[in-house]
Amino acid sequence: MKYMLLIYADPVGFAALKPAEAQAAMAAYEAFTTALESEKVLIHSQRLRPTSEATTIHVENGKNKVLNGPYVETKEQLGGYFVIEAPDLDAALKWAARCPGSHHGTIEVRPVWEM
Amino acid sequence: MRERDALVGKAAEAVARRSYGKLIAFLAARSRDVAGAEDALSEAFASALAHWPKDGVPDNPEAWLLAAARRKSVDAHRRRKRSEDASDHLKLMAHELATANDNTVPDKRLLLMFACAHPAVDEATRAPLILQTVLGFDAATIASAFLVAPASMGQRLVRAKAKIRGAAIPFRLPEPDELRERLDAVLDAIYAAYTEGWSDPAATDMHRRELAGEAIWLGRLVCASLPGEPEALGLLALMLHCEARRDARRDRIGEFVPLAEQNTDLWNSAMIDEAEMHLRRAGEMRAIGRFQLEAAVQSAHAVRRTSNRADWRAILTLYDALWDLTRSPVVAINRAVAVAETEGAQEGLAVLDMQARDKRLSQYQPYWAARAELLSRIGRIAEATEAYVQAIGLETDPAVRRFLQRKQAALGSDRGVC
Repeated sequence: MKYMLLIYADPVGFAALKPAEAQAAMAAYEAFTTALESEKVLIHSQRLRPTSEATTIHVENGKNKVLNGPYVETKEQLGGYFVIEAPDLDAALKWAARCPGSHHGTIEVRPVWEM
Repeated sequence: MRERDALVGKAAEAVARRSYGKLIAFLAARSRDVAGAEDALSEAFASALAHWPKDGVPDNPEAWLLAAARRKSVDAHRRRKRSEDASDHLKLMAHELATANDNTVPDKRLLLMFACAHPAVDEATRAPLILQTVLGFDAATIASAFLVAPASMGQRLVRAKAKIRGAAIPFRLPEPDELRERLDAVLDAIYAAYTEGWSDPAATDMHRRELAGEAIWLGRLVCASLPGEPEALGLLALMLHCEARRDARRDRIGEFVPLAEQNTDLWNSAMIDEAEMHLRRAGEMRAIGRFQLEAAVQSAHAVRRTSNRADWRAILTLYDALWDLTRSPVVAINRAVAVAETEGAQEGLAVLDMQARDKRLSQYQPYWAARAELLSRIGRIAEATEAYVQAIGLETDPAVRRFLQRKQAALGSDRGVC
């Protein structure tokens, strides 16, 4: 089974970190990624740039409706994701709990539609 | 021939009752496809009803049904899926066949319950899902027991099964560090089933009466599977204590009899003794919990069998502990009643007053009934009358409503009704 771990967190919190703290936070993500890699469960992972740089588009009657900002304006925003391979939901949840994102934010665990 | 058909029907029904959950659990354990298992099993039952009258009831009906359900399940996969996927499924099936001795179907019902009560399943659907998958209740029966429209209950159950399959919720005992918490969810679901059954003491509604009995059966199953879990024993003891009083909760003409006025001769002694035994064993394990405390409260009421009065001091101590553990407003009300019994109505009322800010209580009948009772004991009749009006308006059981109305009518004239 493939699962996507979507990390929702308050970007303001991260931006307010002192350089040393930010570095420690990044190191925690690196350690988590290394653990995923060494257990051969990591399929893909990205960190997303802030929602201030997000744009949405919806096509209606052939017309592009382009708007500045994220799809939903909330305090916690999608900040990145990991796609992992896990035998079942409990295993996926265990990985999600180890992800730093579940501590400074919340992680949504979604099974990937197998095509 | 017709007689024979009826006999066969009875045999099939008996197997269905005894083996339904076991077969569903086994069929769904690897694929996690509960809905598929249900379909396959219901086809297998249909096939049994067609074959058994001609060929006779097989020596091992359970194994026969399992084999038939497996064939149906493979057929369904062949029809539904692309070949590579179907071959995966066939491999799974072959593996299951190899691991299962055909004479005994391995019992995976506890694992099925853990899947149904997984935190990833909608909380309100966990108990109904257990009732459906482990006990074979249909959605309409469950809906009527939980007072939910059948269509929406059906939808919730379908969604929960899709979640188990889609998100791959495992049929597995939780890891030791998670076992207690997950077990709590299973026990909560069983208790929810029991209380739904409990709410119809006159057993005018057979569905509900059965629900209580089946919940106790599930409680026994958990205790037998996890004998080292004190809370499972606590829950079983609690349900047995309550069930023991079923016949005493209504008088001969079906009127409600409150606990304090019940004729203890009508209590089921064997059930109480069994409850006490489970509670003692739980206590020896030295890990107190909500269900053990609640069972102990019932145990302290049960001493009235020999001493004429419930042990209110013990009840108060137990509710203190329950309050510390749960902070539940329901516990707070019961604690207030215990305070009233040990220290006086005025003191009990003071405890209730502290809870009055909790908005949930304004819609909770026992809060108003307790309030009315304590107010009447200290002679605040006008306020007691008003509290009874609230309680009566919130009560859905007609027998309890009539009881409250009688108490309200007796206010000021006869103070001896409490």
